[in-house]
Amino acid sequence: MALAKRIIPCLDVDKGRVVKGVKFVDIRDAGNPVEVAKRYNEQGADEITFLDITASHEDRGTTVQMVEQIAAEVFIPLTVGGGIRTVDDIRTMLNAGADKVGINSAAVSNPEFVREAAERFGSQCIVVAIDAKRVSAENEPARWEIFTHGGRKPTGIDAVEWAKKMVAYGAGEILLTSMDQDGTKVGFDLELTKAVSDAVAVPVIASGGVGNLQHLADGVTLGNADAVLAASIFHFGEYSIPQAKAFMAKQGIEVRF
Amino acid sequence: MTQTVAIIDYGMGNLHSVASAVSHEKPDMQVLITADEAQILAADHVIFPGVGAIRDCMAEIRRLQLDDTVRRVLAQGQPLLGVCVGMQALMQHSEENGGIDCLGVFPANVQLFKGEAFEQAHLKVPHMGWNNVYQCIDHPVWHGISQDSRFYFVHSYYVNMDDASEVIGRCDYGVPFAAAMARNNLVAVQFHPEKSHVAGLRLLRNFLNWNGQA
Repeated sequence: MALAKRIIPCLDVDKGRVVKGVKFVDIRDAGNPVEVAKRYNEQGADEITFLDITASHEDRGTTVQMVEQIAAEVFIPLTVGGGIRTVDDIRTMLNAGADKVGINSAAVSNPEFVREAAERFGSQCIVVAIDAKRVSAENEPARWEIFTHGGRKPTGIDAVEWAKKMVAYGAGEILLTSMDQDGTKVGFDLELTKAVSDAVAVPVIASGGVGNLQHLADGVTLGNADAVLAASIFHFGEYSIPQAKAFMAKQGIEVRF
Repeated sequence: MTQTVAIIDYGMGNLHSVASAVSHEKPDMQVLITADEAQILAADHVIFPGVGAIRDCMAEIRRLQLDDTVRRVLAQGQPLLGVCVGMQALMQHSEENGGIDCLGVFPANVQLFKGEAFEQAHLKVPHMGWNNVYQCIDHPVWHGISQDSRFYFVHSYYVNMDDASEVIGRCDYGVPFAAAMARNNLVAVQFHPEKSHVAGLRLLRNFLNWNGQA
């Protein structure tokens, strides 16, 4: 009996549809976000993350409507990320029914925004999303840097230091994605996950690279993650949430059934 | 007559989730999100939520004179449910923000999760996620909810167990703390029932079916 490690299915939403993931050229449609969220809620997901990857701002209204619909039927925590740049963006999403918002690029371009957001809305609803890439050579100590714009734009900022700074600025949680692993299905960057999780006092969600259930378990046992996030392994029915939880429980991980 | 539930609105956080969970469980109930004392006192059930820092919460509660309203609800006898910071606001004192006096309905104090257990086991703060709640005292709000069910928590401060007689649910995170307390027509919970899936919705329904007499 203890705090459970969380399993969080992630909906990458483009123009009102769940898609397989940012990195895939061959984008497979995984359904209507409201239906998908309801299915995960019924399966016993611990939270849901809704990531708006629509490039244009024209479809913002669709996102707000979908968040409203999900929030009216899904009674587990809902995080909404993607394009959160202003206090008004946060207010809009919270009013639509999000419990937390994920801030990514806007935190890099203006770290004070995180401080302002945490002061205004409370740290409990501010998740800072970090996209990190390994930049060290093989014979060097491991080092990762922050990349923005879907992993295309380097910033020169050290990922572990950045995570610590974001927590000092008021982030209540870190969503950590390895851009090297994302979409590869070979597992999390466990060294990165552990380095960040051990460096900060707030919960860390591991993301990027999950291809099977052992990867989820490893994120917790080897990466020290407090929660694990995955998308495609759940969307296309390869594994269900109860299967993932049963698998993790068998390895001694505390989960919620 | 249509039953009404008033969700006390003092500008701290998002009341949408609580309102939509109530509507889900009780579609016929009228939900009022309000700071108006007359509306609150006339409601059949009252919910007192809260998120964010205690200093800001208490400042708004006092500015809107909701401290008096809450006391009147307690005296009047309709069921009142405090949630998260709404629970903490009912205590004597919180050590958050350098020390803040709260409403003093319960004699307990609110403290930060810290100390050796947190450093050695690297327990994360906030306490965020699903944890077991031990129902140490039977109460109508627990009806139909299995012992040790998990509820969703997100908080860095907790109500200590010193005044154990009024604790109806206990949780453990580095230290034992009060997850739920009750007295007469008042129930207060640290977790978020509106985000706690089946068990949380059941607790809300139990509360909305309760007449305020334990």
